[in-house]
Amino acid sequence: MSARERVAGQVANYVDERTGSAKWLKKTLTKVFPDHWSFMLGEIVLYSFIILLLSGTFLTFWFDPSMREVEYEGSYEPLSGLKMSAAYASTLHISFDVRGGLLMRQIHHWAALIFMAAMVAHLMRVFFTGAFRKPREFNWIIGVGLLTLGIVEGFLGYSLPDDLLSGTGIRIAEAIIQALPVVGSYLAYFIFGGAFPGEMFIQRIYVVHILLIPGIFLALITAHLMLVWYQKHTQYPGPGRTEKNVVGYPLMPVYMAKAGGFFFIVFGVTAFLGAFASINPLWLYGPYTPGQISAGSQPDWYMGWLDGLVRMAPPLETYWFGYTISWNILIPGLIIPGIIFTGMALYPFIESWMTGDKREHHLLDRPRNAPNRTALGAMSITFMLVALINGGNDLIATHFDLSINQIMWFTRIGIIVLPPLVFVITKRICLSLQRADRELVLHGRETGRLVMLPHGEFIEVHEPLSPQRAYLLTQHEQLPALEPVAADANGVRNPRGAKAKIQARLSRANQEQIAKPTPKELLEIEDHH
Amino acid sequence: MSNEIAPLTDPGLPEHIHRKADVDPRAAKRAERQVGILFLLSVFGTLLFIYAYVGIDESIFIFLPIMGTTNAHQLFLGLGLAMSLFFIGMAAVHWAKTLMPDHEVIDHRKEQRSKDEDRSAFVATVKERAGEAGLGRRPFIKRTMGLALGLVGLSPILLLRDLGPLPENELNETNWKAGTRLVTDPGDRPLKPSDLEVGGVAQVQPEFPPGKERHLDDIAKDSVLLIRIRPEEFNLDPERLSWTYEGIIAFSKICSHMGCAVALYEQTTKHLLCPCHQSTFDVTRAAKVIFGPAARALPQLAITVDSEGYIVAKAPFNEAVGPSFWERDSK
Repeated sequence: MSARERVAGQVANYVDERTGSAKWLKKTLTKVFPDHWSFMLGEIVLYSFIILLLSGTFLTFWFDPSMREVEYEGSYEPLSGLKMSAAYASTLHISFDVRGGLLMRQIHHWAALIFMAAMVAHLMRVFFTGAFRKPREFNWIIGVGLLTLGIVEGFLGYSLPDDLLSGTGIRIAEAIIQALPVVGSYLAYFIFGGAFPGEMFIQRIYVVHILLIPGIFLALITAHLMLVWYQKHTQYPGPGRTEKNVVGYPLMPVYMAKAGGFFFIVFGVTAFLGAFASINPLWLYGPYTPGQISAGSQPDWYMGWLDGLVRMAPPLETYWFGYTISWNILIPGLIIPGIIFTGMALYPFIESWMTGDKREHHLLDRPRNAPNRTALGAMSITFMLVALINGGNDLIATHFDLSINQIMWFTRIGIIVLPPLVFVITKRICLSLQRADRELVLHGRETGRLVMLPHGEFIEVHEPLSPQRAYLLTQHEQLPALEPVAADANGVRNPRGAKAKIQARLSRANQEQIAKPTPKELLEIEDHH
Repeated sequence: MSNEIAPLTDPGLPEHIHRKADVDPRAAKRAERQVGILFLLSVFGTLLFIYAYVGIDESIFIFLPIMGTTNAHQLFLGLGLAMSLFFIGMAAVHWAKTLMPDHEVIDHRKEQRSKDEDRSAFVATVKERAGEAGLGRRPFIKRTMGLALGLVGLSPILLLRDLGPLPENELNETNWKAGTRLVTDPGDRPLKPSDLEVGGVAQVQPEFPPGKERHLDDIAKDSVLLIRIRPEEFNLDPERLSWTYEGIIAFSKICSHMGCAVALYEQTTKHLLCPCHQSTFDVTRAAKVIFGPAARALPQLAITVDSEGYIVAKAPFNEAVGPSFWERDSK
């Protein structure tokens, strides 16, 4: 036994005698994780969260979350002597008078953007591969919660410096609160401690931004990871991979090295962006005052779709029975996002209702084999993209020499017309891909080699697929559509008749498939050749 | 479309292919060197960071293509930090990929649900223990407990009451009164009609008595834009026309949609544009909305001149300025 082994043994002994964790640790260290690049998206979210905690803590050492008016005396001369809030002045101090301060601010902001982007990419991966299916519905809902909180947290974060741009964002948020029926103006006065902008808001959102939401994040992320751990990771289909196993690499040492290394890579890339790519140069905007504005006011991208929806809303306001309701704010600002996020949270249950499938799933779907779901996802992305484009309509207008009115009308019509169109196209593409898979399995791969037969006919030589590939293309299940049960055998009408009919109709749409080749068909073809 | 189809038979995991480093000791040695070099690059990054922190003056700016002029101190701090972190990661991943075992391992998975006997034992326990609590047999406790638990949440909600004052009538009020002078923002100078040329725009605030300070709360509702066009260009009803003075018209600068400052005035079209959501208002028609999501015209402030020739408000705003709210009188 070498000295190193002896020390390792002693440490293990010390820990186990005090915790009794030897068995659990052994199981944990040999735990298997399947390998795929798309499984790293969630890791990026986790790592950028850690980067946000580290860089954010650094920023709190100097940031002064106060709207008290001060005169700026720091080293950035263009703003010298100007009256501003202590929050803005301390942000300038971090940017110009703390060594590495600007770097940390930029790392913090870039990490926030990466955090949100990776979260959306992770969500798409989970959605398109059907990883949210039973037993992982809880984790899907936790994920939707994290996404929603992430948007709020990001918004609060860029509101803190109290510069002209972020102050305008707060003004818009205040208008949304104020537009709430019945309680709006009261709620706004409570949150802002009086009339907008008041003197309380920054210190209030500060504690929410650095304590409350990160705390909730930490709890939710822990629960999310524990569930992943406990339920074992899903895996992509392929030879040797079944619903009953997990194929991959053990945690120690391969995954520890890979995942640990990946944390440093993500941090390194974020630091690189922070060093080279300027983000939110708020000294150029000046301090916030409600009477001014900077042209080209843009939120961060994850809020951009919301702003785009608000921009494209028709000018609808009602005055009924002496009360004003701003539909032009409520519909795009609250009702549509509410529908989108609720629908997203409920989707696993909706899909399982449509398919009637209540079984566990650990093998992922290839997106083409779930055409309806894939089309639904593509449709939602289209909706968001059109909204996002309109959120930047002023920038697009100036960069591409278009008029804002043209873009606005394009998106107003596009947001209604394009998503259904994309749904149909995507679904057709999925079915075509299924057809192509079927052809491949039945007739093999086109080699591009032409051969002339003795009687003069030209044929292209097809090469049969490897058994592995053929298995991959045919391993998926094709469930039959549900039949509507209008009446039982004795002719008694089903009390759930209407609901069952809708379910059967949706199920029919959902289960539209190109039948995959059967072993029998394959045999027949082989005989034929 | 039937599910009787059995999939083709599973050929099982493909055969493991050895990497070069697994079979060739020289390749393994090479991989080891590469990992070492990556770690050394990280060390270099840390040294660069330390050098930048103490050795590069913060006043040095350098020019980089695409990035433009950049502060050298911040740039090299960042570059050092990025390198020191990134290459640790690269080294670890390279190490894992070339030298650590790459045999795929199979772990078995069992169904998530517990065994049937565990499930029924659980249900039985819950029933038994709940029975011991006797909630079902003692309805008085059940009801009073429900009442107590329902009410206890009220105290923390009530505690939040002092977060802010009640809005009262404040959302309907501004500091504009009949006779209030319009003063420039910034500058606080009163204005005469002759100070504003045709085509000119000025941002103004109500004049405050000496000693009263102007807060952001005041600016958030008092801000007014003064615009002068040729009087014959107005397309107003007689009442609104009487609110203007020699071609000068005054509007609340706070957008009627979501409260942004309506700051972009286009002289040729006489349109006011809000940069936040592109609501567009026609100055010649009392800031009527001609495009975008805003539902109401910008409130117009009636102006005239006082005995000394300065522009003053003829009356307060006749409606609430800024974004809508439930109690707003929008007749």
